[in-house]
Amino acid sequence: MSTHPKISIRDLHKTFGDNEVLRGLDLDVEEGQSLVVIGGSGTGKSVLIKCVLTLLKPDRGRIAVDGANIARQTDRDRRMMAEKSGMLFQSAALFDSMKVWENVAFRLIYADKKTRQQAREKAIDCLAQVGLAPEIGELTPAELSGGMQKRVGLARAIAADPEILFFDEPTTGLDPIMADVINNLIVERVKALGATAISITHDMASARKIADEIAMLYQGRIIWRGRPDEIENSGNPMVDQFVHGRAEGPIQMQVRRDFRTKS
Amino acid sequence: MNVFASTGRLTIDSVREIGRVANFAFRGGFSWFLGPFYWRAVWSALARIGYASLPVVGLTAIFTGGALALNIYEGSLLPNTEAFLPQILGVSIVRELGPVLAALMVAGRCSSAMAAEIGTMRVTEQIDALSTLSVDPFKYLIAPRILATTIALPLLVLVADIIGVYGGYLVSVYALGFSPEIYVNNLIDFISMEDVTSGLIKATVFGFLISVMGCYYGYTSRGGAGGVGAATRTAVVAAAVSVLASNYFMTSLLVDV
Ligand SMILES: Nc1ncnc2c1ncn2[C@@H]1O[C@H](COP(=O)(O)OP(=O)(O)OP(=O)(O)O)[C@@H](O)[C@H]1O
Ligand SMILES: [Mg+2]
Repeated sequence: MSTHPKISIRDLHKTFGDNEVLRGLDLDVEEGQSLVVIGGSGTGKSVLIKCVLTLLKPDRGRIAVDGANIARQTDRDRRMMAEKSGMLFQSAALFDSMKVWENVAFRLIYADKKTRQQAREKAIDCLAQVGLAPEIGELTPAELSGGMQKRVGLARAIAADPEILFFDEPTTGLDPIMADVINNLIVERVKALGATAISITHDMASARKIADEIAMLYQGRIIWRGRPDEIENSGNPMVDQFVHGRAEGPIQMQVRRDFRTKS
Repeated sequence: MNVFASTGRLTIDSVREIGRVANFAFRGGFSWFLGPFYWRAVWSALARIGYASLPVVGLTAIFTGGALALNIYEGSLLPNTEAFLPQILGVSIVRELGPVLAALMVAGRCSSAMAAEIGTMRVTEQIDALSTLSVDPFKYLIAPRILATTIALPLLVLVADIIGVYGGYLVSVYALGFSPEIYVNNLIDFISMEDVTSGLIKATVFGFLISVMGCYYGYTSRGGAGGVGAATRTAVVAAAVSVLASNYFMTSLLVDV
């Protein structure tokens, strides 16, 4: 049995100017586990997964994937992470100069050297999994609604059957039924492929459904971590406030105080 | 004191920037030699940069050739203008005006388009998405554009040379009433292969510089629509200035005073 977790993050720091976003974050994700990261807007959830994906360079700390430290982000680290992972961006980040199916098939055509015909079939298959008809494949991303773009982004992320999946707010902008379809799809992917998944979401229903474990990011660190059934009784006032969506509580106080001292 | 400090800082910043551009150019050029190659991307860049620039380059050349013929005629004090007009005109166009004007038109047209396109991809995270899909943005976005522009510009200059000389021909024959045979014979006798190749060598360098500027400022742009706008503006200015500056230095080398 493997002794190290799939992803192991230690003492991760990332600062933009004088905005300290990550301040010594520690996080482990086991192989085949689906971890959901929750946390307020602007707490650095997207920054965290971009550091793991080698899209942003951390200032300090260690990020080990399958035991290999990738925090120095050499070309080799970058290649390895890209090969292993699929990412759904918060903004979908579709290639707007290409058709939808070419977006989904992009990696198959340009990196895996599949023929366009093979790649296209696989792309249409992936589009079907996210509830989009083959005709949608012929449109350009600009012709899609926001929720449809999100689903295309999801199809693109899973098209090459990656080992590690990153989903940045997969259900934001979807109707509740489609959100549930996407939740099921994520669960099914992780189970069927034995993939490891890190998802970011504000949607607690989605978090409960897709998570093996939930971790809460606050002030640059993981302040709580547990199973979805434990989150109601976490005993942590910050988590409580977030889960129940209350404006009053320790988090809001913090925001107000920061705001006052700045102005 | 303050003036010195800010001049110093400006100098250091410019040297740094030049260093970054050079590093970028080196990476962009170097990726040609390491696979994988995205031929589709090269091909579509060639179509957009080369083929689609033909009309604007052709128009520039024909009017410049015509105007040049009139100017030479007007300024001439010698009796046999008819014979040396095509000589001066041919050499000016082939050695200098063809390459520089075509390059400036392509700089305006293509470095801005490249900066806007790549810049938009940067700020909408499409470049990050490329990396996560195992495709190196340098090989997929930058190298094809640099390669295509470096190939296309000499070809465009060749076209500009021919059309420019033809513009001069039209004016000499139809406006000034000179003999077509004398024009053609003097042109062919006087222009050497070396004149043409020196223009094409310049054009190759211009093509490289223009595309490096367009790609660099696009690739490094940040912060939404405003950032892309600024990148586009800077790219055009940097491309035009680097064309004119490198033209001077190459001319002084090629002419060997
Ligand atoms: N490229 C960048 N340059 C400068 N600052 C950045 C950059 N990316 C993120 N930040 C800052 O880092 C902080 C965290 O951003 P991040 O996008 O990770 O938030 P988030 O937790 O994903 O929020 P949301 O839930 O709204 O998506 C923000 O304050 C943001 O301003
Ligand atoms: Mg985010």
